[in-house]
Amino acid sequence: MATKSLLQAIGEGLAEEMRADDTVMVLGEDVGRAGGVFRVTQGLQDEFGGGRVMDTPLAESLIVGAAIGLSANGMRPVAEIQFGDFITPAFDQIVNEAARFYYRSNGAWNCPITIRVPYGAVHGGGLYHSQSIEAWFCNTPGLKVVAPTYPADAKGMLKSAIRDPNPVLFLEHKRTYRLLKEDVPDEDYEVPIGAARVHREGGDITVVSYGFMLHTVLEIAGRISKEHGVEAEVVEPRTLYPLDRETILGSAKKTGKFLVVVEANLTGSVSGEIAAVVAREAFEWLDAPVMRLGAPDVPAAPFAKPMMDSFVPDAAKIEGAMLELARY
Amino acid sequence: MDQPVTMPQLGESVTEGTIARWLKAEGDEVALDEALAEVDTDKVNAELPSPVAGRIEKLLVSEGTTVGVGTEIALVALPSEEGHAGPAPPRENPSADAPTEEFPAAGTEAQPVASGAADRNGHANGGTRANGHTLESAERLRLTRSSPVVRRLAGEYGLDLSEVEGTGAGGRVTKKDIEGHIARIEAARTATPEAPPATERATAAEREAAWERVTVYGGDRVVGLTGIRRTIANRMSRSKREAPHAWTMVEADVTGLVALRESLKGEFAGREGLKLTYLPFVVGAVAEGLKEHPILNSVWDGDRIVLRRRINVGIAVDREDGLVVPVLHDADELNTLGLARRIDHVVRRAREGRLSPDDVSGGTFTVNNPGALGSVVSVPIINYPQVAILSVEAIIKRPVIIDDAIAIRSVMNLEVSFDHRVTDGGAVLRFLNGVKRRLEGLGPDDAGGGLR
Repeated sequence: MATKSLLQAIGEGLAEEMRADDTVMVLGEDVGRAGGVFRVTQGLQDEFGGGRVMDTPLAESLIVGAAIGLSANGMRPVAEIQFGDFITPAFDQIVNEAARFYYRSNGAWNCPITIRVPYGAVHGGGLYHSQSIEAWFCNTPGLKVVAPTYPADAKGMLKSAIRDPNPVLFLEHKRTYRLLKEDVPDEDYEVPIGAARVHREGGDITVVSYGFMLHTVLEIAGRISKEHGVEAEVVEPRTLYPLDRETILGSAKKTGKFLVVVEANLTGSVSGEIAAVVAREAFEWLDAPVMRLGAPDVPAAPFAKPMMDSFVPDAAKIEGAMLELARY
Repeated sequence: MDQPVTMPQLGESVTEGTIARWLKAEGDEVALDEALAEVDTDKVNAELPSPVAGRIEKLLVSEGTTVGVGTEIALVALPSEEGHAGPAPPRENPSADAPTEEFPAAGTEAQPVASGAADRNGHANGGTRANGHTLESAERLRLTRSSPVVRRLAGEYGLDLSEVEGTGAGGRVTKKDIEGHIARIEAARTATPEAPPATERATAAEREAAWERVTVYGGDRVVGLTGIRRTIANRMSRSKREAPHAWTMVEADVTGLVALRESLKGEFAGREGLKLTYLPFVVGAVAEGLKEHPILNSVWDGDRIVLRRRINVGIAVDREDGLVVPVLHDADELNTLGLARRIDHVVRRAREGRLSPDDVSGGTFTVNNPGALGSVVSVPIINYPQVAILSVEAIIKRPVIIDDAIAIRSVMNLEVSFDHRVTDGGAVLRFLNGVKRRLEGLGPDDAGGGLR
């Protein structure tokens, strides 16, 4: 077992699936010769050839549309959208075609495609390289939306996504690509879709988070335990749609104090759905208002560094919210 | 023309109201929004603001009568008509009339008269405050109305939230507060019979002061509470919280007492094998004083005062691990010798940690003795639910003016902290001066209460 970054773990997962299954292929902008803008697919074209690692034109609608067609012809394509911000041309193919393929054909046709999407705010990313696009797709039955944060989870979930008989949107937060390394098993394993992960147990408050925010939340949870004696339970959904309601509600009922921290624009974000589930199902266990923290409702993300810093919930804001909730 | 005033709808789904009391009589002038009557409904009791200004022509409904919403209850003559025949003049100031249109009609909501203008507007536009109750601040509501989980637990265990000490924001009762409260009640229920009564333990514990963790810095030591420390903390907090403390002090010239003790102590020590202190003299004087002033030997009981027949004087004994207060039961039946023996006995048992529950229960008054440690002034906390505590201070030689001459006298301060709900400074000082007089009256030639 070697330590790997999120980026390396995903690349390795792709390669392993392609070695194990000839129908698995990769297509997207610059994924072949260039190895992807983030180098996730580096080396894949050399190993598997241009037919299975295919560079496409700058046309996201085509990338996803072609993936759907390939899947209908027995392939298991992994399409890459270079930045989540560019997924909108493919929106129709994803939402109206891929998500409904199985349903519309009354179960006669599966649509086993995986769409890998780097997302999230990075400094200097500006308007076209920063958005958190997950909420657009978490309202679409027929799709699964996953967003693992840790390398080992990501590799196992990528395998689950590729092996899933229907479309999975696989979100990768750009800022977590190289943020840390952890042990990633070498053997074949799956991390199931639809299962949340409790990163840290605690009895005082529950904080649900994912992506880059999760790292900040965990760091603060450790700190406020030492400095304030507040024990936060930190839950990562890992799958955003459908949610692992059981794990989320279990934690909410345990602590009675619930906070969701996301990087997305707050209004209409996945945090709202999580909060609604808790408000409805855990009402009798709640000891404080369900709280949410997210980016303000302005376009993501400011180019200027100080504005970007202010846009994404930072450690001070998150710590403030966690302590406020603990003391409520 | 007379303008009729109708019974407004004082809250959603309220269909009728009772005129509890007219606040204006026929012939009285009434200003716009001035209280016209007190109205009771099944949801709200409110004053009814007059929708118009004018003179009350006629009250159409007698007090105590219940009428439906919309029923005419009074006729008010509008001022413009007084002395004017013919049609009313055009409205010169439409805004002055505007509030009448805010007057509660079907589908809107009445304003309790107490609410201010801003509140009133909120009401008129709102509809969120559907039941028409007088609004309480969110802060106040938090104290009794709590979160869903707290309400559920309170319901399951049949608890009144106002009895639970809240440590949350604004004093709110949190889940942890109520869980701790339940745990303490359960613990008290299963407590052994030798322990103090379960209810007393529970109430003392449940009223722990509001708690928020302090920051612990490197090198700090954190020490858990011993049982006795926790008990003292709970009792002291409760006393300070519940009993309004007042305090008074007198000076006693105990030169005679000092001489008496000097004359007795050598022989006493040889005969009894124990050291003669001033405490038995003081306790004796206190016990006699309590007989004369039974209000100092009583207990506050919510809406009444219980005067205790027995005079059981507790004495505070300092120990390394915490103060204990053994009780001298029926102290008034003992002479000084008896008190000296009993005090020595209980103090020794206290120091050895061998006090029985009987030794520390049933006290009706407490004597605190910081003077033994050199204190000259102290402000003791009442040993709740007793009414008062007396502090005996160190005897100090001081220059004192007697008959315009300066004399060297032995002087001792005596102080009493007392529950001002039960009694007042006058009664306490009469008691305290009685104690002082008894002590000052002792001299080297006294019989010494059996000590000789």
